[in-house]
Amino acid sequence: MKATDVVQFAANSLLQHRRRTLLSLLGVAMGATAVVFLTGLGDGARTFVLGEFKAIGSNLVIVMPGKTETTGMFPGFGGVPNDLTLDDANALRRRLRGIRRVIPMTSASDVVSHRQHRRRVTIIGTTRDFFRAQGLRAERGSLLPDAEFGRAAPVAVIGSKVARELFQERDPIGKVIRIGDARVRVIGVLTDRGTQMGMHVDDTVFAPVASVMQIFNRNSLFRILIEVNAHADADAVKQQIIAVIIDRHDEEDVTCVTQAAVLESLGGILRTLTLAIGGVGAISLAVAGIGIMNVMLVSVSERTSEIGLLKALGAKGNQVLAVFLTEAALLSTTGGLLGLAIGTSLLELLTVVYPKVPVSTPMWAMASTLALAMITGPMFGVMPAWRAMRMEPVTALSGS
Amino acid sequence: MIRLEGLWKTYEMGGQKLHALRDIDINIKSGEHVAIMGPSGSGKSTLLNILGCLDQPSAGEYFLEDRAVAELGADDLADVRSRKIGFVFQAFHLIPRLDALANISIPMLFAGVAGPERQERASRALASVGLADWSAHRPAELSGGQKQRIAIARAIVMQPSLLLADEPTGNLDSTSGKQVLELLCGLNANGITLITVTHDPSVARLASRVIVLGDGAISREVEGRDVASLDSLFSNVPAEAISEARS
Repeated sequence: MKATDVVQFAANSLLQHRRRTLLSLLGVAMGATAVVFLTGLGDGARTFVLGEFKAIGSNLVIVMPGKTETTGMFPGFGGVPNDLTLDDANALRRRLRGIRRVIPMTSASDVVSHRQHRRRVTIIGTTRDFFRAQGLRAERGSLLPDAEFGRAAPVAVIGSKVARELFQERDPIGKVIRIGDARVRVIGVLTDRGTQMGMHVDDTVFAPVASVMQIFNRNSLFRILIEVNAHADADAVKQQIIAVIIDRHDEEDVTCVTQAAVLESLGGILRTLTLAIGGVGAISLAVAGIGIMNVMLVSVSERTSEIGLLKALGAKGNQVLAVFLTEAALLSTTGGLLGLAIGTSLLELLTVVYPKVPVSTPMWAMASTLALAMITGPMFGVMPAWRAMRMEPVTALSGS
Repeated sequence: MIRLEGLWKTYEMGGQKLHALRDIDINIKSGEHVAIMGPSGSGKSTLLNILGCLDQPSAGEYFLEDRAVAELGADDLADVRSRKIGFVFQAFHLIPRLDALANISIPMLFAGVAGPERQERASRALASVGLADWSAHRPAELSGGQKQRIAIARAIVMQPSLLLADEPTGNLDSTSGKQVLELLCGLNANGITLITVTHDPSVARLASRVIVLGDGAISREVEGRDVASLDSLFSNVPAEAISEARS
């Protein structure tokens, strides 16, 4: 029996029971839709998050005070034996080779105000290089001045949301705002940026690092960002950083993380999450498979006499098996294709509604969904088909 | 063509052994027309199923064209059914979703006959039973007689040497029954071996030999033309059929 004949015979049988076939198709289609849609969402989220991180450059090495071994806590959360200071930042700038920028950072949270308008925001103390490294631009005014790390200045660059909240429609440039008790002049407003590197840029105030340390009476930096010349230099620079710090602190009490390592780790986590939610969709595909098995069992039971007839007319057991497996495969494959079409259409619709979210199902997910759907039918159809194959012709012919 | 030697068929039901066939010895020559008669439960259908390689005997030997059927595996048996045997059933057993031509094509489909040849042979078979214009009709659109003629076309499309008919006119009116019998006898006249299971003396009369079963064993064997002498068998048969057979 030729393969095309098997497919034609099986398709003919499925078309006879249109409603039952349609319901089984829908079951598989919904399962496949779930896999495609959820995987698309997951992968979209992964692309989005990684894109956000990549936007700040993959040539960064982040130095945080403290090590897990010495503090017993995640690095950067207090309890460190030695502070990470502006002097450390200066030493790193002087002694490191193969680097482009050293960016000290400190951070605080406080109320900023302008006249009667008040708002609690994050305040970042840093340098002009911070904006360059993160690709942040001023919509109005200028960025922080290029100056020595230790030089304080009563100026600030504010996020777009802070500008709207404190100044409404008025131009904030040249106006004075209060950070706690300190008065600083607004010299720039950043363009809308949303969230970047876990920081809500639009709702943040940036001031020179020395100023923020003075205002909040801080000695320690929160981070030192070091931008290397080339991605390949990151590990070598990391070793140099550790050597400089040991030289200054007499021990290795900082943690250095390369941006590439963070991206790799984050990418891995997000990919696992994508697979996990895709797996949830696959469960519904398996449920659809059980539906196919049910339909095929009913079909075999209803067509007992037909199976007997086919055997009486010379059909071999494996040919009967092939016919029923093909029916199951046709159901699941067609349902899978339908699910792919529905799933991708839903994702397209989502991108129309939320253009910022880059959802799209990767090819591997499409291929594996279709493969999974194609396997589901024969896998769950094998038992009913086996039952049909094993029927004794004389018993089957009598319909019992 | 067919040789049965000491054939038994035994079923076990509730711990008891029931003998459906007991020590059957039959020889059927190629081209013969044999009718098998007997009351209900006498083992006629069981015997026909064994002859058609649909069932296996519990004991004894069945030789088909000098080949021991017991030695054949499941696939070989399917091959024998496909190429050597044609079946005609009382209930027609046509597949409702397929049209006449597709129903006739089924044996060729499973025998791997290519599409165009299948089409051509099925059309010829359909024409040979006088239904050339009914190829696109489904069973639901056909009369009982037409259905049985299509079943006969399906049975002969693989050009078997043996045709087994189980009550071929059982579900038909007398006119359709006559047409079907004429067809079957015509095929037999062309050399095909025909074995018919029937209750109907007017059908058995057409056979060259009638084997009468009783309680699973052969009780009598007569020539077809002498079938009317088997009065005791026909207590349930309409007088009309008996008188037709006697004529």
